[in-house]
Amino acid sequence: MSMYFTKEHEWVKVEEGIGVVGISEHAAHELGDITFVELPKIGKNVKQFEVLGSIESVKAASDIFASLSGKVVKVNDALEAAPEIVNESAEDAGWMAWIEIADDAELKNLMTREQYDDYLKTL
Amino acid sequence: MEDQLQATPICDRHRALHALMAPFGGWDMPIQYEGIIAEHSWCRTQAALFDICHMGEFIFQGDFEAGGLEDVFTFSVKTIPIGRSRYGFLLNEQGGIIDDLIIFRLAEDKVMIVVNAATAPKDFAAIQSRLKGGEFTDITAATGKLDLQGPLSRYVMVETFGEEVATIPYFKFITTKILGVEAIVSRTGYTGELGYEIFIPSEKVCELWDLLLQDERVKPAGLGARDVLRLEVGYSLYGSDIDEDTTPLEAGLEIFVNFDKSFVGKDALLRLQEQGVARKKVAFEVIGRRSPRHHYEICFEGETVGTVTSGVFSPMLGRGIGIGFVKPELASIGTPFTIRHERISMEAMVCELPFFRDGSVRS
Repeated sequence: MSMYFTKEHEWVKVEEGIGVVGISEHAAHELGDITFVELPKIGKNVKQFEVLGSIESVKAASDIFASLSGKVVKVNDALEAAPEIVNESAEDAGWMAWIEIADDAELKNLMTREQYDDYLKTL
Repeated sequence: MEDQLQATPICDRHRALHALMAPFGGWDMPIQYEGIIAEHSWCRTQAALFDICHMGEFIFQGDFEAGGLEDVFTFSVKTIPIGRSRYGFLLNEQGGIIDDLIIFRLAEDKVMIVVNAATAPKDFAAIQSRLKGGEFTDITAATGKLDLQGPLSRYVMVETFGEEVATIPYFKFITTKILGVEAIVSRTGYTGELGYEIFIPSEKVCELWDLLLQDERVKPAGLGARDVLRLEVGYSLYGSDIDEDTTPLEAGLEIFVNFDKSFVGKDALLRLQEQGVARKKVAFEVIGRRSPRHHYEICFEGETVGTVTSGVFSPMLGRGIGIGFVKPELASIGTPFTIRHERISMEAMVCELPFFRDGSVRS
């Protein structure tokens, strides 16, 4: 399963037409203790790089952008009462939503892990 | 040219712990070490150690009346018993708050005035301009301050300083010897937990920091956790909630103003009492986990009616909390607000302070 990243520090794991999305370890670390996650509604149609939800930490409030276009089919309800899961495991247990991918050609607009790591060095 | 940030004598220790540092009040201060939530939790359950060397300390020595000190603040200095401290305000002529501060009565004719870091220079100038005699010195650079706060702090203090600290009542202090120097140990703090403020010569504060951290019940905590702790118990923060454009009346802090004596700003406050304040401080709880933040709008029935001055996510309550200022008629308990900022929106309700009342402060 391949993992891709956006410039806004979201990731997506793609498998069989579903993209699982979340925010990167880097983003979670920069935010500090996460206190609230706003997840999208199931059934919501999103476009790549449009606002998917939002996240708040002790330091700041931030929008989360959709890594790919598609329909939201599942969200991680556990984050409602325990948003700190994102700090503990941003790229695994801290997943936020499943998106039914509309167009996998959009993957070319994203970075691989190596490209993302290089990108982080430029910040 | 930008002014250089001041560093406390402990800053090397913060860096060694990889603390996240940021400017605060002209000082390079630790915001967090392990994390704000973890440090907040440690303070409420064990003992958190804060580097508070940035705060200002002044000494006045002399006759308080003849020296003019008695009329400087909103409270009487001469009636503070020796060994006790008192909280109140330094006001400008319009009744606006130049600073909130605490005065320690060290002796019949001697007090220590403890002020906020950012305002220390202007506080010194304002007080000095009002004095008619006595000796007034700024001992900020020479004085280090550590806050040890948390339900286990008394045990740690007794092990470090000796039995004499065990019985200090709330808002009282003692002078004691530690590491070969004289220190003031005061039972005060900014967290709502049992705790102590320790004033010690700067050249020994780092050694005391190291000594206290040797106790496994003690962990360092930064200004980020400090802000959550103080807001949970309803304390105002100068520069956020109160400032020179705010009087103690708007801020609901008139209990710290003694109208039976003369003080700078009294006439303005009396006039304001008569005409009524145009805005009042309110506390509100968010329905949900979103955090209100400084400058967010407070809305009532679709209209902006005020501004948030402080807000955080409260780990003790599991929801957002905040204070702000609104028109007085909207300040009653239960008033529903919508807190807004750009696309962010949250529902809230006016409540009483403190938000959290189960701290160990009076243990």
